[in-house]
Amino acid sequence: MDGRTPRLDPYVERYAARTHGMTASEIRALFSVADRPEVISMGGGSPFVSALPLDLVAELAAKVIADRGAQALQYMSGQGDARLRELICGVMALEGISASPDDVIVTVGSQQALDIVARIFLDPGDVVLAEAPSYVGALGAFAQYQATVVHVAMDDDGLVPEALRETLRRMTEEGRRPKFLYVVPNFHNPAGVTLADGRRDEILEICAAADVLVVEDNPYGLLGFDGTAHRALRGRSTDGVIYLGSFSKIFASGIRVGWVVAPTGVKEKLIMASEATTLCPVALSQFLVAEFLAHHPWQEQVRIFRDLYRVRRDACLEALAAHFPPETSWTRPAGGFYVWVTLPPGIDAKAMLPRAIQQGRVAYVPGTGFYADGQGAGNLRLSYSLPEPERIREGVRRLGAVVAEERELVEALGGG
Amino acid sequence: MSDLGHVLVLAGGVSFEREVSLASARRVIEALRRLGVDVDLVDVDATVLDRLTADPPDAVFIAMHGSEGEDGALRELLDLAGVPYVGATAAGARLAFDKTVAKAVLQAAGVAAPRSIAFSQTAIRDLGGHQLLDRCVRRLGLPLVVKPARGGSALGVTIVREATAFAHALVTCFAYDTVALVEQYVVGTELAISVVEDDDGTPRALPPVEIRPVDGMFDYAARYTAGMTEYHVPARITETARSCAVDVALLAHQALGLRDLSRTDVIVTADDEVLYLETNVAPGMTPTSLLPMAAAEVGIDLGTLCRDLLVRAATRGPSEPGAVPSRSPQALR
Repeated sequence: MDGRTPRLDPYVERYAARTHGMTASEIRALFSVADRPEVISMGGGSPFVSALPLDLVAELAAKVIADRGAQALQYMSGQGDARLRELICGVMALEGISASPDDVIVTVGSQQALDIVARIFLDPGDVVLAEAPSYVGALGAFAQYQATVVHVAMDDDGLVPEALRETLRRMTEEGRRPKFLYVVPNFHNPAGVTLADGRRDEILEICAAADVLVVEDNPYGLLGFDGTAHRALRGRSTDGVIYLGSFSKIFASGIRVGWVVAPTGVKEKLIMASEATTLCPVALSQFLVAEFLAHHPWQEQVRIFRDLYRVRRDACLEALAAHFPPETSWTRPAGGFYVWVTLPPGIDAKAMLPRAIQQGRVAYVPGTGFYADGQGAGNLRLSYSLPEPERIREGVRRLGAVVAEERELVEALGGG
Repeated sequence: MSDLGHVLVLAGGVSFEREVSLASARRVIEALRRLGVDVDLVDVDATVLDRLTADPPDAVFIAMHGSEGEDGALRELLDLAGVPYVGATAAGARLAFDKTVAKAVLQAAGVAAPRSIAFSQTAIRDLGGHQLLDRCVRRLGLPLVVKPARGGSALGVTIVREATAFAHALVTCFAYDTVALVEQYVVGTELAISVVEDDDGTPRALPPVEIRPVDGMFDYAARYTAGMTEYHVPARITETARSCAVDVALLAHQALGLRDLSRTDVIVTADDEVLYLETNVAPGMTPTSLLPMAAAEVGIDLGTLCRDLLVRAATRGPSEPGAVPSRSPQALR
């Protein structure tokens, strides 16, 4: 057999246990089609970066290279550029966070922040608490370290304190203690809801009493459609909260700049973990962000994004009301990118996806991806951030027809 | 070797096997370029005809899997556009692509196959077919396999082990195709037998490849993740089974009126009975695909094989639009 092994991969017996599940997937195959222009994709949560003043960004990039090229193209501090860290403190102040530049670690997007937080805290089998549903990228990061995610119920006001209390009580009885609680408090991905201000202190108190750290992931906090920002959990408690921020949604996702703020001891370990992963965050990207923040009315840009996403949210909600069967329900986001849809009973969003893409030429993300325990079959996430409002209306109209057909089929087969 | 000029590999499109198709295409292109062939990739969309007519290639290699590449539609367009291509004609592809039709053709020619029943979405929804699901389970027994009549890469395929899971398996299947083939689940050794025609058009079977998925199910992940499936060439079967499997693959190639290349999948039972499953007219060419594996076993280089087939296609010229497949009378005896 010309030295070929029967399993085609000579290293198959040598991979770490954490590679379990790293396989080709049907969902990936479906999404490769969803990216084609023929399909209206409401799947990915991509920001509408075309709304940026691209000429200005080009000028800033050229300026960075011309003025500071030798530094921008060089390695740098593992903690990140000091000037950018100072500017990040100004960004966080808008959500009630008081931090010094020394508290901030710049990361390669907040996904790297999730990775290093998971890396320093999680041993195989450790438990992480997360909202139900939760951000798929975080679930992936925790899975890499073979952690077990236990979901805690949410409602229209975000994580339910009583459910958190009950989960902690149950775990205590079982002799288990979670390593941390992971939350996306603002304009949740994928649920679209926001943690009510009245619940924030209560959740911090519950976690403090149980000695559970909180990891607050807040990429959408400045994208509230009424322009007001909620006071962050980190703004209410400095010792018990690790805070993750990102420029992906308020500037550009392709530059991959995020950050993490953590209590002192944690911070030192995070820096070392980050250096072991990337040596340092990308200097060129950091300088570009710093130039953007320092020399451009960036909050005005955020307002432009907010207005644009509000119009798209409205288009999505109006179309849902017009075209979806009455047994369907959905959240009404006050900011961010996502609507979380609950389908009529018996419909499995993952099973329906090929029909939606092939027949309806519209794509979404099935709900099961946002749970670590198989829940979410009857849910799907719609993202309205990228398509133009007309495409959103058309996409939701098409999806409504697909749902109606699927419901007929499920009913004919005795489901629902 | 030849005066083969510019050729194109058609791939991608909006089929769910788009990624697989692009992986096949990249591998074919790389192999052809190593031989100095002037070849480019076309990711098929609504502009494909403009591109083909503006700068007609000498021949086209179809590396598209799933509906667009294998249901005959693209081949029909190529015939109308007067572009020669490697592989089955539109009519042959259409016969092979629908598993219920291909199976009937092969069974009519005396080939054994797992017992099966086809259900259409219309029959379920409008004709009350759901009332007969229990009867279907009783007739075929459990487990059974539910698969889209038209589709590939095991997308939409479910093994039903409990009657309560049957309805959901049908829903999953109907999201891919309007007809479901419900088949008796057969335990045995899965084989893929590739058939390639010689220069004179004589079909020749390559060594059967034995497929042994590590987790038992040859699903999408097992097909396209190296390490999840064992492939044995030569297959660990008796000479009787090997000979019968090869005969089935050659018969399928001829009975379905195919051309140039095909791949037939069968299952061999513990009693050495060979049961026909399906035939592909655009076999995968990815690093985990079966035809290149079988070709390598007998020293056939993938690039040489593809180049020779392209030369044949270019020499043969375009197919007659609407031509019926030329089936060997012996094949239908």
